Amino acid sequence: MSLFQPSRGNASSTTASFQPGHGTVGTAAPPANRASAIGYEAVRASRDFWTIQRRFGSFVRPACIAFIIWYFLYVIVAVFAPGFMRISVFGDVNVGICFGVLQFVSTFAIAMGYRRWARRRLDPLSARLRNRLEGGPRQ
Amino acid sequence: MTGLAAAEATSAVVGTPALNFLIFFFFVVVTLVIAVSVAGGNRTTTDYYAGGRAFTGWQNGIAIGGDYLSAASFLGIAGIIAIYGYDGFLYSIGFLVGWLLVLMLVSEPFRNTGRYTMADVLDLRLKATPVRAAAAASTITVSLFYLLAQMAGAGALVSLLLGVSGSAGQDLVVAVVGVLMLFYVLVGGMKGTTWVQIVKASVLAVGAAVTTFWVLSRAGFSLSDLLHHAAAASPAGNKVLGPGLEYGVSTVTKFDFVSLALALVLGTAGLPHVLMRLYTVPNAREARRSVVWTIWLVGLFYLCTLVLGFGAMWLVGGKSILAAPGGGDSAVPLLADKLGGTLLFGIVAAVAFATILAVVAGLTITASACFAHDVYASMLRHGEADPAEEVRVARIAAVVIGTVAVIGGIYAKGIDVAFLVGLAFAIAASANLPSILYSLFWPRFTARGALWSIYGGLISSVGLIIFSPVVSGASSALITDRHIDFAYFPLNNPGLVSIPLAFFLGWLGTVTDRQPNDPARFARIQVRALTGVGAERGGRS
Repeated sequence: MSLFQPSRGNASSTTASFQPGHGTVGTAAPPANRASAIGYEAVRASRDFWTIQRRFGSFVRPACIAFIIWYFLYVIVAVFAPGFMRISVFGDVNVGICFGVLQFVSTFAIAMGYRRWARRRLDPLSARLRNRLEGGPRQ
Repeated sequence: MTGLAAAEATSAVVGTPALNFLIFFFFVVVTLVIAVSVAGGNRTTTDYYAGGRAFTGWQNGIAIGGDYLSAASFLGIAGIIAIYGYDGFLYSIGFLVGWLLVLMLVSEPFRNTGRYTMADVLDLRLKATPVRAAAAASTITVSLFYLLAQMAGAGALVSLLLGVSGSAGQDLVVAVVGVLMLFYVLVGGMKGTTWVQIVKASVLAVGAAVTTFWVLSRAGFSLSDLLHHAAAASPAGNKVLGPGLEYGVSTVTKFDFVSLALALVLGTAGLPHVLMRLYTVPNAREARRSVVWTIWLVGLFYLCTLVLGFGAMWLVGGKSILAAPGGGDSAVPLLADKLGGTLLFGIVAAVAFATILAVVAGLTITASACFAHDVYASMLRHGEADPAEEVRVARIAAVVIGTVAVIGGIYAKGIDVAFLVGLAFAIAASANLPSILYSLFWPRFTARGALWSIYGGLISSVGLIIFSPVVSGASSALITDRHIDFAYFPLNNPGLVSIPLAFFLGWLGTVTDRQPNDPARFARIQVRALTGVGAERGGRS
């Protein structure tokens, strides 16, 4: 999957980084105009940003792949092996109910895990880079 | 609350319309007062579209939950469980799990790179007016589809709630919903509708929790006993406890369910009214926190619907549910009547009505903001519209969209709500999600790829619905004349075909594009998405 690759990108990317006249950043607001003075390609190629990108990918890629596989495993079993889902676990509670509730549990767990991880491992880095980039031109 | 014995005694009559009306009237007055008092002018676009970006994570999280837990969730899923058993549970899991995609891939990048709409994000990456037009077209289509689903539910529900049985009476109720909803939107703007969502979601959560507790207490707080009683009360017996009663009939229905599952898990991250709410918080961190709140609210709520659905199967019985006006959607109100008598019935029915009202308001503000911001201000006026003028256009658009929704709702009444919502998810997953993910994460993506994927996804999903058994050729189809049959596509839900197709077209349109993509634009969106550089800081400054 190329989706999350922290690619340091096209070799040519650094050549086009000077575009002072490229003007407005989409429809963005005034602070963004100041930020457009930032050479985004240089930032993207920088070590700091590369670390953020790699860290982001290192959590999000496996987590997304895992939950999608886990969910479709559940769907496929429910649709094509309903007999398995009817096996009793205790009383009238069967495998299907337990498997379904586990989907809820795993969703809560991934959400809390991601929140905690991002707050500790990602936020400090991205806040530091943002402050440096936005604070830079003013000083 | 009346005692259980009294509840048994009154169960023959379903509620008293006067009491229900009073409870409903009370809710409307309270929320209208809130909407008016928090509105505070709404003169700037940031106020009107994004509530001044001043909501905290938990407030917005509950509001997103309020937007998401539509009548389809509350009434639809519990109704499917009450009739088909386990298969309804499959629905709710799909509705929940998709939130992880919103949380990890969409929420923070979206808040960091856009201002009001999905098109903002694509525009930052691709800077192409046709792409903005395409994004606006798909946003408005998905919103209208979803609106239609809610409006269709309103008519059926109110016939149960207020004892309005005639067709003209139901149409009148749909129109009243439209007028009330427009009042929230026009006066309250995003701030007002957000508070209405928060109030509604809280009432809904408390109502569901109390009723769930009540059902469990009747079953001696044993899930196994509850399931046992439910299965015993159902004509299908133990089959209701496992999957397959609705979807296991044939190979076609099995693949239909896989198609639905794909649409549900990928559709949430493409729903415009959910995406727009991500802009109402001050920064990306709050956007992330709000999605975590939403996941908890939505997840716990769906666990309640499992109990409510089987509780309705046990205490009300599938036969009387199907016989009631509104069919499966009436399962929870009838269950409330069985348990707590007319008062609880009135409360639950009013909550359900409020749910429809609030969700419809959220959808209308999204679609109208999309029209005013993307079509009018950015495309027709090339970004030079006066903010006050843009807000005025948004209000006019809201009136038009509200009118269309009322007329559509009158024609669509009687169609299963959860089912219509499933179709809206399929369109959202096909038309919106591929270009969002490609824009944020794929270096090569070009404007042509975006156009191919958005229009390809939109046309294929809507087209497959038109040629599916939903519209013609089946006993439950929109066109009831069995001689007209153009159902060439066997599945009810188009997701299995249209979602992969849209991803493929986005790729194909890009790799065959002769125009070079601009690496500077990808660098900018990536840096901004992950760090928040240049994002509008919100809150009261």
